[in-house]
Amino acid sequence: MKFGEFGGRYVPEVLIPPLEELEEAYSRFKDDEEFRKKLDYYLRNYAGRPTPLYFAENLSKEVGAKIYLKREDLLHGGAHKINNTVGQALLAKFMGKRRIIAETGAGQHGVATAMAAALLGLKAEIYMGAEDYERQKMNVFRMELLGAKVKAVESGSRTLKDAINEALRDWVESFEYTHYLIGSAVGPHPFPTIVRDFQSVIGHETKRQIIEIEGRLPDAIVACVGGGSNAIGIFHPFLKDHVKLVGVEAGGKGIDTGKHAASLNAGSKGVLHGMLSYFLQDENGMILDTHSISAGLDYPGVGPEHAYLKEIGRCEYVTVNDDEALEAFKILCRLEGIIPALESAHAVAYAIKMAEDVGKDGILVVNLSGRGDKDIDIVRRASGYD
Amino acid sequence: MIDRSLIVFFTASHPTPEKTVEFMLTSANAGADVIELGIPFSDPVADGKTIQESYVRALRNFRLNQVFDIVRAFRKESETPLVLMSYYNPIFRYGERKFVEEMQSSGIDAVLVVDLPYDEAGDFVEICSTAGIKNVFLAAPNTPENRLRAIDELSAFIYLVSTYGTTGERDRISPLAFDALKRVKGICRKPVAVGFGISKAEHVRELIKAGADGVVVGSAFVRLINERGEGAKEEIRTLTERFKSCII
Repeated sequence: MKFGEFGGRYVPEVLIPPLEELEEAYSRFKDDEEFRKKLDYYLRNYAGRPTPLYFAENLSKEVGAKIYLKREDLLHGGAHKINNTVGQALLAKFMGKRRIIAETGAGQHGVATAMAAALLGLKAEIYMGAEDYERQKMNVFRMELLGAKVKAVESGSRTLKDAINEALRDWVESFEYTHYLIGSAVGPHPFPTIVRDFQSVIGHETKRQIIEIEGRLPDAIVACVGGGSNAIGIFHPFLKDHVKLVGVEAGGKGIDTGKHAASLNAGSKGVLHGMLSYFLQDENGMILDTHSISAGLDYPGVGPEHAYLKEIGRCEYVTVNDDEALEAFKILCRLEGIIPALESAHAVAYAIKMAEDVGKDGILVVNLSGRGDKDIDIVRRASGYD
Repeated sequence: MIDRSLIVFFTASHPTPEKTVEFMLTSANAGADVIELGIPFSDPVADGKTIQESYVRALRNFRLNQVFDIVRAFRKESETPLVLMSYYNPIFRYGERKFVEEMQSSGIDAVLVVDLPYDEAGDFVEICSTAGIKNVFLAAPNTPENRLRAIDELSAFIYLVSTYGTTGERDRISPLAFDALKRVKGICRKPVAVGFGISKAEHVRELIKAGADGVVVGSAFVRLINERGEGAKEEIRTLTERFKSCII
């Protein structure tokens, strides 16, 4: 139930029974043959698994280490999010829930949720901060095309954390017939575990693939960390191995400026969204606004398992600034013909920095968690076009 | 602590610490049996729009120590019991031990932490009870019997949430509330106060008649302050008297 002191179930009493119901259902269905078969079928034929582990030859030559990209960007919807939404939507279906709610920041998780809901014939309502709703009109339309209802959240800072607050408020009213399909490895127990399990398919495949190609495990795996679901997904199957695991947080405009989203690097222990973890907060315990060029990393907290893995020293958490991520975005475009999500570009940027340390025979795996088509406008503007 | 009690909720520092003290005293003098003082929080998941708005306003110029200053000022003039309501993070951040010391020295009687169910509250309950601060835990219509028994054990009184939802004014009381009240009264020995959505005089009358030991009215008062700001005093007095008359 906890990762060391982190995680837990810090929710109003009314949510304890639905969380227990979810925990019980998950432990019943996760190894159920019919559930596994269906999930496997959809991951393969609907989402597009397994994804390739691609040797980025040009980039490797350029930086002087062997860099492999785990191509989650090739999945349906364009990101790893679908692994979790198909898993949880199927779980909801097995639990007899007919409605799904979710939060979304820029819209990636919202779109992936809307897809899974359409696939499985569930009603979907997506909460989105009013600010994000304005900035991401296309994704709002995308979700609506997929049959979901999108609700703009006007409270608080009108961004992702407020969308989570509003989804929780909805769930308090609707848990009897609604599943809350949380989008990252965050929230009260058992959500961080469920999301991690559904995302661990990334790490399991990577392990098989790298051994097949290289005959050995990589020296390091690098993944970006907002809430941390793609990172925990690729890290988890390697936790007991001799592989360096590096999570990259959004350094925004620089840690010193206060405009970032690096809760593990610059935050402190706190309790929000049902979990004890690291958060960006002021001295009164109020949660702070965050900044990152990448909307998917723009969250003031982090999943509790990452907090634990940092605490015990198993994983290392570093930061990459907006500018460095942009640079890596462009490098990957030019050298490999791959447009990465700005989130994933943070991981690419750090892998490039690490190349020198591991040397030309060193192997680095980068989780390329999403594709960057959604970010073209942002990159264009950040590059001085208007 | 609770016996046919009217419990009135105010948000600390809304609109200012001084005004909060004035409003609390006004309500206490007009017949409120217990005052519940809420610490504003940036992410209040259990609260509806009215209380959310009061938190946003209170946080514009907020330090946690204002809460204890408010309590001290109130205590100079009133012995009406005080329940402090908070989300867990401000307490966690401040330090549980230091927070409880401040509660004790300023004169708070009991504390309710909305997002700290008893399973996570072991240390906090112990620190509180050593300091003589009572704990209050929430119960809801879906809380199973085994949990109600544990809550009963640890609570000075049980704060029963009337419905599946957030705080906020509602036209009528959820039928869930009456069933839940009956069930909780049948299982628990401690007094039961009902809150969330209690906003009209007839709500108070109905719940007391149905056996509630107390009722909590929050958003109806907080809305007055949202609307009238510093000038809400007279209406707070009138509203308190109206609710109180439904109990006597």
